[in-house]
Amino acid sequence: MSQTFIIDGKTVPFEEGQTIIQAATKAGVFIPHLCYHPDFKPHGSCKLCTVKVNGRQTASCTMRAMAGMVVESDTEEINAERRALTQMLFVEGNHFCPSCEQSGNCQLQATAYHLGMMSPHYDHFFPNRPVDASHPEVLLDFNRCILCSLCVRASRDVDGKNVFALSGRGITTHLIVNAKSGQLADTNFTLDDKAAHVCPVGVILRKRKGFAVPIGERTYDKQPISGTVDAVTEGH
Amino acid sequence: MTYNLETAEHPEKLRRVAIDPVSRVEGHGKVTILLDDQNKVHQVRLHIVEFRGFEKFIQGRPYWEVPVMVQRLCGICPVSHHLAASKALDVIVGAKRLTPAAEKLRRLMHYGQMLQSHALHFFHLCSPDLLFGFDSDITKRNIVGVAAAHPEIAKRGVLLRKFGQEVIRVTAGKRVHGTGAVPGGMNKSLTIAERDELLKDIYHIVSWSRDAVHLIQKVHIQDPGLYNSFGIFRSNFMSIVGHNGDLDFYHGTLRARDDNGKLIFDDVDYQQYDKYIEEEVRPWSYMKFPFFKSLGREHGWYKVGPLARVQNCDQISTPFAEHERKEFVDYAGGSPMHAPLAYHWTRMIEMLHAAEVIKDLLHDDDLLSDDLMVEGERKMEGVGVIEAPRGTLFHHYRVDENDLITMANLIVSTTNNNQAMNEAVRHVARRYLHGREVTEGLLNHIEVAIRAFDPCLSCATHALGKMPLAVELVDPEGNVVHSLSRS
Ligand code: SF4
Ligand code: FES
Repeated sequence: MSQTFIIDGKTVPFEEGQTIIQAATKAGVFIPHLCYHPDFKPHGSCKLCTVKVNGRQTASCTMRAMAGMVVESDTEEINAERRALTQMLFVEGNHFCPSCEQSGNCQLQATAYHLGMMSPHYDHFFPNRPVDASHPEVLLDFNRCILCSLCVRASRDVDGKNVFALSGRGITTHLIVNAKSGQLADTNFTLDDKAAHVCPVGVILRKRKGFAVPIGERTYDKQPISGTVDAVTEGH
Repeated sequence: MTYNLETAEHPEKLRRVAIDPVSRVEGHGKVTILLDDQNKVHQVRLHIVEFRGFEKFIQGRPYWEVPVMVQRLCGICPVSHHLAASKALDVIVGAKRLTPAAEKLRRLMHYGQMLQSHALHFFHLCSPDLLFGFDSDITKRNIVGVAAAHPEIAKRGVLLRKFGQEVIRVTAGKRVHGTGAVPGGMNKSLTIAERDELLKDIYHIVSWSRDAVHLIQKVHIQDPGLYNSFGIFRSNFMSIVGHNGDLDFYHGTLRARDDNGKLIFDDVDYQQYDKYIEEEVRPWSYMKFPFFKSLGREHGWYKVGPLARVQNCDQISTPFAEHERKEFVDYAGGSPMHAPLAYHWTRMIEMLHAAEVIKDLLHDDDLLSDDLMVEGERKMEGVGVIEAPRGTLFHHYRVDENDLITMANLIVSTTNNNQAMNEAVRHVARRYLHGREVTEGLLNHIEVAIRAFDPCLSCATHALGKMPLAVELVDPEGNVVHSLSRS
């Protein structure tokens, strides 16, 4: 007999070793998340997936499920915190949805909608982050990086290339390209890499195809993020 | 062509009147008038703040973002910028000729925009002035007043505009800020259902557009003393013209005429526009003053927009509009008409033409085709030109080998009309304000002249006649002597 725990009043089965978010997703319970991806080791950095387990906050993408735990996720209190985190992500980078080619395919935008975020609330940082257009097939627009490290994990763990890394700490953390020049063109990165297709926002982009799919026909135009199967966009 | 009243000889001795409509987002316009103690007019200037910042902002961005990004330039005619940018980028991606489906879908989008913009301008913004008089009761001189006195006219205005917006929605994907056009073509065609929905109403649209031409024609002809002379100045004029000299809003070559209608240049490939047109900077205005190089700064300025287009083309390809064009040309009596209020008449002829073209396109099955994209040899530089509702619109870009924009230059319709609008305002000031006490009605005369050109600022600031307008009379020391405001 499989073991169970309770999330927002619903009984959810799990297997030994599964995290809360894995078991919940399998049972059709959506927990907002940005740095989690079912194909990769959890990173636990964005904190969007925070839930309360027996009254204490924890990241559901790293916390193992245990029999009999009582988990709260979709509560006004937790969602308010998630909303504030999302707002901070918006103001830390330069996210200009109306002209962003990932609009409708972007997990950050879709999560903001899901959480009912109406405005960025905080003052914008307006960081100066030049794009890297050196690669013939792929553009890097660092303006939108939320430092989820998915590309880092994909390139290292799946592609075996180590093209990306997070550098610096705290508020100065930023994504870098592992090349002497710092330019993507000087790595062995290709469009076939897994890392080219995992970015949840609009940083790693296939060149020249930005608006091939009309607005209105994109992943989250068709269904909200809470309804997507593994909640990772196929937009690339 | 004179620079009279542009700069007063002794401005320090004069009083300053500013007509300063508080702006929303698109632009900011202001008229300043210097008067002496006898209320004699010494200097009149129309200032428009233009956001050149955009050309800087777009540098370093990938080129395929531009057609979407540029729509933020203007909340009034985003589709024009969307298409002008797309046309410039077609050149960059080597799409010399679009597929028939892509070209027709873009044309449909553009003519939908023309219809909605012209309808908005005429019915919402100008019909109150035209139907009630320029200094009629201000409380009724708005669209609500029109709806009360002429409910049928007001209703049609709303429906014409709505139809145009619907055309935009199905072609661009959204009613505002869509993404339909992409460098090299389009990203969507029409579904049969979308097409049929539009077909249901198009015959009404054509017939109401005809009525609108007749309405303004009647208003104009009834009062030639006013309509043929209000704010009049003579000038060169320019537009693109299509095949065989047809009126064409989407594509063609540049043609310019002098004030007598004589050709200055014709059949000019707009990729070469900067060989023919130069932009002058004047210290008192943020907006540049373009002029034809061959005629020089003083004589080379021109007007654009409906009045220029309808008189620049040799004919109109659709029968109803062509009939109306002939009526107009006959009325003008063989030489070009320069009266600013004739913009309204020609604008309605254009709206009728747009409606007829939309009708023809809706009967063309190419709109349903999925053959939408072409590309060819990549270029580093491209120019896109379109006839926007307000006149000729230029977009010019350079793109580096990594696909990033390195240079952008835009000449928007309102900039093309900059000197022309200044001239019209000066004429009106001289004729109506000179030596009189300034009243709201008189100031509205100034605005009527500006509004005839349908500059972005007038739409932006006068939507539904609700935007506040503040006028201050300031003495030479800068003290406010008298102020007038309305909201
Ligand atoms: S580039 Fe994308 S995938 Fe990589 S860290 Fe930034 S947001 Fe995450
Ligand atoms: S999804 Fe769990 S911390 Fe980011």
